[in-house]
Amino acid sequence: MEEGAGGDIGDTVSEGTEALLELYRQMLLIRRFEEAAAKAYSQGKIGGFLHLYIGQEASAVGALATLRPSDYVVGTYRDHGLALARGMSARACMAELFGKVTGCSQGLGGSMHFFDAERRMMGGYGIVGGHVPLAAGCAFKSKYLGLDEVTLCFLGEGAVSIGDFHEAMSLAALWNLPLVTLVENNEYSMGTPLSRTLSIADVSQKALAYGMARDRVKATDVLVMRERVAEAVERARKESKPTLIEVLTYRYRGHSMSDPGKYRTADEIEERKKGDCIANAEATLRERGVDHAALAAVDEAVSRDVDDAVRFADESAEPGEELIEAYTYA
Amino acid sequence: MRELRYREALREALAEEMERDPNVFIVGEEVGYYQGAYKVTEGLLDRFGARRVLDAPIAEAGFAGIGVGAAMVGLRPVVEFMTWNFSAVAFDQILNNAAKIRQMSGGQFRCPMVFRGPNGAARQTGAQHSQCFEAIYAHIPGVKVVCPATPADAKGLLKSAIRDDNPVLVLEDERLYGMKGEVPDGDHLVPIGVSDVKRVGEHLTIVTWGKMLSVSLAAAETLAAEGVSCEVVDLRSVRPLDHAPIVASVEKTGRALVVQEAWPFGGVGAEVVDRVQRECFGSLKAPVLRVTGRDASMPYNKRLEELTIPSPDTVIRGARAVLAY
Repeated sequence: MEEGAGGDIGDTVSEGTEALLELYRQMLLIRRFEEAAAKAYSQGKIGGFLHLYIGQEASAVGALATLRPSDYVVGTYRDHGLALARGMSARACMAELFGKVTGCSQGLGGSMHFFDAERRMMGGYGIVGGHVPLAAGCAFKSKYLGLDEVTLCFLGEGAVSIGDFHEAMSLAALWNLPLVTLVENNEYSMGTPLSRTLSIADVSQKALAYGMARDRVKATDVLVMRERVAEAVERARKESKPTLIEVLTYRYRGHSMSDPGKYRTADEIEERKKGDCIANAEATLRERGVDHAALAAVDEAVSRDVDDAVRFADESAEPGEELIEAYTYA
Repeated sequence: MRELRYREALREALAEEMERDPNVFIVGEEVGYYQGAYKVTEGLLDRFGARRVLDAPIAEAGFAGIGVGAAMVGLRPVVEFMTWNFSAVAFDQILNNAAKIRQMSGGQFRCPMVFRGPNGAARQTGAQHSQCFEAIYAHIPGVKVVCPATPADAKGLLKSAIRDDNPVLVLEDERLYGMKGEVPDGDHLVPIGVSDVKRVGEHLTIVTWGKMLSVSLAAAETLAAEGVSCEVVDLRSVRPLDHAPIVASVEKTGRALVVQEAWPFGGVGAEVVDRVQRECFGSLKAPVLRVTGRDASMPYNKRLEELTIPSPDTVIRGARAVLAY
């Protein structure tokens, strides 16, 4: 399968446009949120690692738009975009980055470990590939109980060389688990191009050995992303069959905040920004007659949300010492 | 009371808990059609079906991780490692996922599951198949570790482990699978985190767990013939470690010896020694000593293997050293 054509999957143009406007809002929220996070990081308000998703927004937003509240989402340490696309509040996410008790993991998780039980956001994980079997376990539960739930698991292309990924794919295919695995190929693992870490260029070929359905999609158009993931989600929900999707994407920022980015040129990044998913969505909305004022209103609302989240995070309390051991055992 | 073998007691625990709770399932290598590499799960496939007794390919990280994910969303997986030696390739799932989910999620998720299988040396199975894992896993906050030494404790601890809301590692022993012992009738539960005095004595406290219990009891029997009375405390749970009965015993005897099959460096014995010196300092009449496995990878040769693992003779030598101080 190659890239599908973009298009409106709503019943009417206006309904489709409204839906796209919402996806646009979510992508913009992720970008503005992370720009604010990068600023707060440079001010010393956020510690540790901070892996930004900027440039990849259409992947999470398009994919998660296909889900029901009863579905599960499992991600990597690059999890802010997933969390926001899953409807977690900018406040809870920013407060977590600031290490505050009002954060989505009470300040115990940090950037890499966003969780929200209510939204079935099953967490971001910091050991590359280690979360893929766990995601298969969520899907296993749905099948075991005969529920038509689907689990979406995100990982980077750097994770396809580790054993856990293969063991999880092997078992998901063997046991026909309702799991959709999205390999977000942003081309550089941490700082090494794919051509130097993998013997093949098409990562989706990994599915062949498991007899698993596969797809390959560019995350430059959020509607295409949504449409193609929807096919896999449908396969999981109706037939209880897993799918491996390679998502071709690109991050504009470094692997983390401490990455000087010497492995690629500024020209390359500028070139890739021409396919920006947010700019593309904006162009589509304009073509469909959404005017400047409406788009500006979305931007303003998102910026207000993010400013509010930063203020909230700033003003929130630190977790108390009593939390150090409180959650070690249930 | 009935007499059961250790493996039968474990099997009863599994069957009873599967009967009681439909969310309990077993996954592991050869647990179904093969009837279990050590026959612990014999007959369970016929009784509960392939939905609940899952034969997994050789993919410990994969099925251990599936267990973690399934536990987070409400199931109660029992993951069998054919031996704990093979858990090494699933270590990340236990260390970084099972043990940390609750903390990382700010208390939103739990991981109620069991990892189980035989631990320690079997007979001449060589360096890679003869290792003790209790110290390695008990080091990790977030998991519980139990080492049943008798059929009754095997059944009672496994049932408690399955009902526990945390990841519990049940370290069994291949050399104990055939051991017979009295098992109470009915819904027999042994609480996790409660040690047990297996022999009452006055002159020396021996603290041990797992396979070394029978070795220690044999040593105590020999010493009794010489007029030395040993109290033998079986930890049963390595983590959480119930030190109150140890303290009470050492306050009575004034002398303590820890017996472990595992390597000497660091370890559970060292943890016990630390607690005893802190809590019984005023009562001690002698330094607390340890009898441990030798500090080497397990040799294949039969005689060398026997010399590497503590025996009643080495325990007696250790006891005399403490008593002679």
